Amino acid sequence: MIAHAALLVLAIILPAAGVVLALAAGGRGAERVAMAVIAGGAAIALAIAGTLWTTGAPLSYVIGGWAPPLGIALRADGLSAFLLLTSALVIGAIGLFARATYVQPAGTPERRAPLVFWIMLMGVWTGLNAVWLAGDLFSLYVALELLTFSAVPLVSLEGKPETLAAALRYMLFALIGSILYLLGCALLYGGYGTLDIVLLSRLARPEPVVFVALALMTAGLAAKTALFPLHLWLPPAHAGAPAAASALLSALVVKGSFILTVRLWFDALPGIAGGGAAQFMAALGSAAIIVGSVLALRQARLKLMIAYSTVAQIGYLFFLFPLAGAAGDWERLAWTGGIMQLVAHAVAKAAMFMAAGLIGEALGHDRIAGFAGLGRSLPVVMFAFGLAGMSLMGLPPSGGFVAKAMLLTASIGEGQWWWAVVIMIGGLLAAGYMFRVLTPALAGGAAPVILAARISSARQAIVLGLAICALLLGLMPLRPSALLEVGRTMQAAEVK
Amino acid sequence: MSLAVLADAALVLLVLGLALWINAASRAFPAVVGYVAFGLLLALAWLRLSAGDVAMTEAAVGSGVTGAVLIAASVRLRAAETEAPPLAAAPPALPLRLLALLLSGLVTAALAGLVLWTTGPAPSLADQAVQHLPGLGMGNAVTGVLIAYRALDTLLEKVVLLLALMGIWSLAKDRYWGGIPGPSRIQPTNGALILLARLLPPIGIVVAVYILWVGAAEPGGAFQGGAILAAMWLLVMLAGLRDAPAISRPWVRLCVTVGPAAFIAVGLTGFALPNGFLSYPDSIAKPLIIAVESVLTLSIAVILGLLVAGPPEQEP
Amino acid sequence: MTPATLYGLCSAVLVGAGLYGALVNPQPLRKILALNLLGSGTFLLFGVIARRGAAAGLGGDPVPQAMVITGIVVAFSATALAVALLLRVYQETGRTTLEQPAPKDVV
Repeated sequence: MIAHAALLVLAIILPAAGVVLALAAGGRGAERVAMAVIAGGAAIALAIAGTLWTTGAPLSYVIGGWAPPLGIALRADGLSAFLLLTSALVIGAIGLFARATYVQPAGTPERRAPLVFWIMLMGVWTGLNAVWLAGDLFSLYVALELLTFSAVPLVSLEGKPETLAAALRYMLFALIGSILYLLGCALLYGGYGTLDIVLLSRLARPEPVVFVALALMTAGLAAKTALFPLHLWLPPAHAGAPAAASALLSALVVKGSFILTVRLWFDALPGIAGGGAAQFMAALGSAAIIVGSVLALRQARLKLMIAYSTVAQIGYLFFLFPLAGAAGDWERLAWTGGIMQLVAHAVAKAAMFMAAGLIGEALGHDRIAGFAGLGRSLPVVMFAFGLAGMSLMGLPPSGGFVAKAMLLTASIGEGQWWWAVVIMIGGLLAAGYMFRVLTPALAGGAAPVILAARISSARQAIVLGLAICALLLGLMPLRPSALLEVGRTMQAAEVK
Repeated sequence: MSLAVLADAALVLLVLGLALWINAASRAFPAVVGYVAFGLLLALAWLRLSAGDVAMTEAAVGSGVTGAVLIAASVRLRAAETEAPPLAAAPPALPLRLLALLLSGLVTAALAGLVLWTTGPAPSLADQAVQHLPGLGMGNAVTGVLIAYRALDTLLEKVVLLLALMGIWSLAKDRYWGGIPGPSRIQPTNGALILLARLLPPIGIVVAVYILWVGAAEPGGAFQGGAILAAMWLLVMLAGLRDAPAISRPWVRLCVTVGPAAFIAVGLTGFALPNGFLSYPDSIAKPLIIAVESVLTLSIAVILGLLVAGPPEQEP
Repeated sequence: MTPATLYGLCSAVLVGAGLYGALVNPQPLRKILALNLLGSGTFLLFGVIARRGAAAGLGGDPVPQAMVITGIVVAFSATALAVALLLRVYQETGRTTLEQPAPKDVV
């Protein structure tokens, strides 16, 4: 199995090498390197997931032969497999979609935007795979920095004044978050002499140093995940970025810090945070759902509406804390539901932002009021938009429905029915802001809108393809996923 | 009370006083100057904590290059300081300030409590770190951690540096892409600065190489050496003796990428060895590490210098 | 009180001061300065922990010291990027505030 475990290293090193090579090659070389990395990264993700699926056992790799606590180990469990596959799919789609925009014609002097975009795309992927695989809290800090430094320039890529301000605000929020996380790491190392997740899970006890560390780290990561009320930086940043970058930021980047929070609460320091803290996190998530959805309803511009929708959909993820923190049947269902929400949102939101980008290019603006009759001029794009919207609303068949149904069932099964109420309200509100866009666009009888620019069918196909993936995720059975249970600490706790 | 305790107390009081000054100073430039002094005093604190490598890094990077960036910014933003809202930000309302004070106070109290009341022996990896040093041919445990035990962190951090550089470059206007950093070419008019820029760099280069070489056994290493080289280069550029390079120049691209590329390449060759990625064969561990560190020093120097220089603002 | 404990208390105050400054000070450049204070306090805490872990003939545990070195370099890169963004915002808008300028309707 050594060859398979080495894939964990390659999952991180391939995009990292891509960043270095793209900067060295410059110009057209950067896009070629990115395409090669997308292909290679997809293959690696499939191989790792396939290995976990067939063997049913997690993978781990010790770097340089230096075992923790002195060294660093990479670990892949079922959650890592899901996330590796999702990242590869979404980044692949975004990369192919962006080829038309970030083009470096042959024989011309090197352009700024394409080089920056391809390098940052691979930088984000390096950070994401490092978050999914690293087994050491300080390595995870470096991974968070990889994500921040790649994501912030993507927000300001077009150089418009409002995007520069949004990028600066994002940077400052992200910096505070990183330093608070690092402060927690210092406390944990001071208490136990290691930052390895598995070792910490055995050593950590419910004592003051752990409580303070967990509080600080969760606060810092919540700022980076834009959990209410620390969500203020997200809408202008995600809406101001170019379409491909918005897709990347909303679908994947913001999930990195979330998964880190999950790793902390469930894997590194299991059973430390009490039920009250978990309820508090989910309460903030509920507030995010309500506030985010209501604000999305009031937006005049499409990209801002989608960005507020991200704030809302992130709220659902925080139901994992009260619902999935133990090893029972309902808890396993909630675990699968929460992770499916993450995956389904990633796929659907990426498709939606890319569709919004195409709409903006075609119309020359993205004011929702001017969308009447758009369905006849841009049928494929609006269809894809509608499919993605179905997932966000939680309508069957879609990944979003599967996720929300599982979370709903688990919350009722565990006797925490109040989350079910929030999920239902959230679904209604999501229907509200989605139909606000879809109804005028698909209304019969409206004259077709005259388009300002022609959109290539290849890009429409990519967006449609990704939206169909969001649909296909709905084929997942409504019970706990076996793959997601591979190597799960909670499951191990039950076995003990 | 021994002299050492008095000295420590005095240092701590100075550091905290400067921290207060940095927050409370009415204008930015004095606050930044305070920050540079703060960094240098912190370097002394690091020496008192027996962390020579960190002291050097704090002085060179934490106080030095960071100070350079902040001073340049405070000068360029000087005109904006006298502005009022909406061009400048409005101070937050009293309830928010009280809330912030409460949060900060809570965090300080929690940390102070943990510092004062931690009982039991402190867990430490020093024994394990020292145990494996002879196999690597090293004498400096911190360098061992950076280059061998936790080499993945160092490798990913190099990628972080490259991304930061790319991020700064991305802020250039399209027409200046590939051009020269800085608002305008600096003319060599300041006689004292020119003298310094002629005298110091040769000494600085020798010191940097020495610190890189001796970092294997004594405090020092790639980061510290690279920071000194960067400082010498910045001195030459600031004196106007050399222009900042256009960022599209091939040698710039090569120098910033060769370090991380070499590190990744050496790491990948580790797959041929029994210990896998980022392991070093016992027989040639020390020369290999020195070679990788040398290339890394070059890249770090160029990257740090370019990070201070900023995005291109003049056409190539 | 050992020197390590003294510097530990110093780090606690630095963290609080940095956090307060980052939250309260309206100008972005002063927020960046305060964040550097916060970072320095965090690194100093690592250093105190390293000092407490002195063993095997070393003055301090090398692992947290190495983490601090990595952290200092990352913090500098973050400062450089944040400052560059701030200068660009000032160049484009003449403002030094984090409030959003009204975006234009056209995409």
